[in-house]
Amino acid sequence: MSRFTQDVPGLSTGTGHKSPANAHSCNQHNLSQRERMLSVLGGAALFGLSVWRRKPIGLVLGGLGTALVVRGVSGHCHVYDALGIDTSRHNPATAVPAQTGVKVEKSLTIHRSAQELFQYWRHLPNLSQVMRHVKSVEVLDPQRSRWVASGPLGMTLTWEAEVFNERPDQLIAWRSLPGGQLETAGSIHFKQLEHQRGTAVTVSMKYNPPAGKLGASIASLLGRGLEQELDEDLHRFKSLMEAGEIAVA
Amino acid sequence: MKAVCWYGKHDVRVEDAPKPTIKNPRDAIIRVTSTAICGSDLHLYNGIIPSMKRGDILGHEFMGEVVEVGSQVGTLSVGDRVVVPFTIACGNCFFCQRKLWSLCDNSNPNAHLAAKLYGYSGSGLFGYSHLFGGYAGGQAEYVRVPFADIGPCKLTAELSDEQALFLSDILPTGYMAAENCDIQPGDTVAVWGCGPVGQFAIQSAYWLGAERVIAIDHVPRRLELARRYGRAETINFEETNVSQALEEMTHGLGPDACIDAVGLEAHGCSIDAIYDRVKQSSNLATDRLHALRQAIYCCRKGGTISIPGVYAGFLDKVPLGAAFGKGLKLAMGQTHVHTYLQPLLARISGQGVERFDPSYIITQRLPLDEAPQAYAAFNAQKNDFVKVVLQAS
Repeated sequence: MSRFTQDVPGLSTGTGHKSPANAHSCNQHNLSQRERMLSVLGGAALFGLSVWRRKPIGLVLGGLGTALVVRGVSGHCHVYDALGIDTSRHNPATAVPAQTGVKVEKSLTIHRSAQELFQYWRHLPNLSQVMRHVKSVEVLDPQRSRWVASGPLGMTLTWEAEVFNERPDQLIAWRSLPGGQLETAGSIHFKQLEHQRGTAVTVSMKYNPPAGKLGASIASLLGRGLEQELDEDLHRFKSLMEAGEIAVA
Repeated sequence: MKAVCWYGKHDVRVEDAPKPTIKNPRDAIIRVTSTAICGSDLHLYNGIIPSMKRGDILGHEFMGEVVEVGSQVGTLSVGDRVVVPFTIACGNCFFCQRKLWSLCDNSNPNAHLAAKLYGYSGSGLFGYSHLFGGYAGGQAEYVRVPFADIGPCKLTAELSDEQALFLSDILPTGYMAAENCDIQPGDTVAVWGCGPVGQFAIQSAYWLGAERVIAIDHVPRRLELARRYGRAETINFEETNVSQALEEMTHGLGPDACIDAVGLEAHGCSIDAIYDRVKQSSNLATDRLHALRQAIYCCRKGGTISIPGVYAGFLDKVPLGAAFGKGLKLAMGQTHVHTYLQPLLARISGQGVERFDPSYIITQRLPLDEAPQAYAAFNAQKNDFVKVVLQAS
């Protein structure tokens, strides 16, 4: 599993600091209590069988049994991890559970006021101009919105999200709601700078890619690393806000 | 439309290309009336600048008539006659706001490429490889000008194309090179390279108050222009030892400021120049810099080295120890053309100052169709070619 975490951008060196999740992503719980119990019991049974049957099949059974016991005790299944399956219960308010998914963060200075930038970003339909892979954002109510984006391997993804925290001219935080095709959460911080230096903007985003870490790996193989995407999107935001348009040759 | 297109080393062709169209609201389309070949175009011609693609349209010095404007361009109307800065600037970023137009954050669509080489990308340029944006250049019948509400400078009919064309690049470049010297009364300025940029650096140094300007080159025609129009004292480095001559001429002090208007492709006779050429031809990828080395050596203590360029990649054997030991200031960079347009236009028009006609540097006038021959001749017989102007119609 560590092989995958190294391949996925944002989980290795990324922004120069490791997300605390990185070191422990192999230990996250993705099994429900029931499944864990079944795993332990089934593994123990297989192990017992292996002792009785001896070689050669005994070795195989013993190995399998041990693996199942470990799986049950740790609460983490490597296969589920790769497939993005999570049978453990998690708080829906978290959207992307702690220590799962991919996190990327980027900062940029934009030569506009924090107020102008906040207002632009808070009008969420504008984000289809900023985020290249977002096709549309529809406002459902003051907090909720429906997003449509193009995902890896030609998929179209839709999900609903809510802005669950905001401070005017300073912060907007959003997260996807259950039932959508993408689990994502993000925040943008605006810090007005002195001496006509504009505003420091920091965007932090987390995704649970649609096909688990496999999806993120494929995305990185295709050269569309999520960190690079965020970097490009932020530069688009900067260009739109400063120059009014995106430069094209 | 006709356009001068790059196809590889020493391979430039005039071809049919699609007419440009408005892509962004701040664009304008210019019908080109005159355009020039720059010494730095020869770096493209010689295959030294990476990221060129076959079919790329060349040219960054051009002027003409506005034929179409985007919806957000309030400053130009169809029919306006304009000259266009070769650096493309948005007007609103940190750098444009500080008048550092050639460092614009938003005008290079390939900024991430240049940032890999340089740390951060400068502005996009017309017709100068994909590293600098991949914009089609102005050696063509039409050209698309982004951020047209910021760049193009309107001209009145009384100025001819030949008088105004060099506002696009080389006149502001020479001027900024001299300005970077921080010239004080009584100063002597030494200028390496009497090509167009050097010629205008010489002129500018006098405008900015230099008492003496000493111009260094080996091409008799260029030295002649420097003497006759530039009022400079000259040194031919093939006949005279430059460092000795400069020391004598300045009574042992050394020039107060030195301008390297040679950049890449320095010629030279001494051992380090041969070293440069050997390294270049064996693709060891360092910029040759004999002139810069000499300038650092010759400059007086506490003086300034001003480098209008062009340099692109890495260089070695730079006597940084000498520069440090003498407390030199180094000032360099791509020209912030926009800042100088109005003041230099005033000089060319003779408004409030003695009138200045920059067209004396033009040595060849050719139709656009003859661009391939012009490039070849400029490159091979460089000595007779000071400035080539192409007429687009």
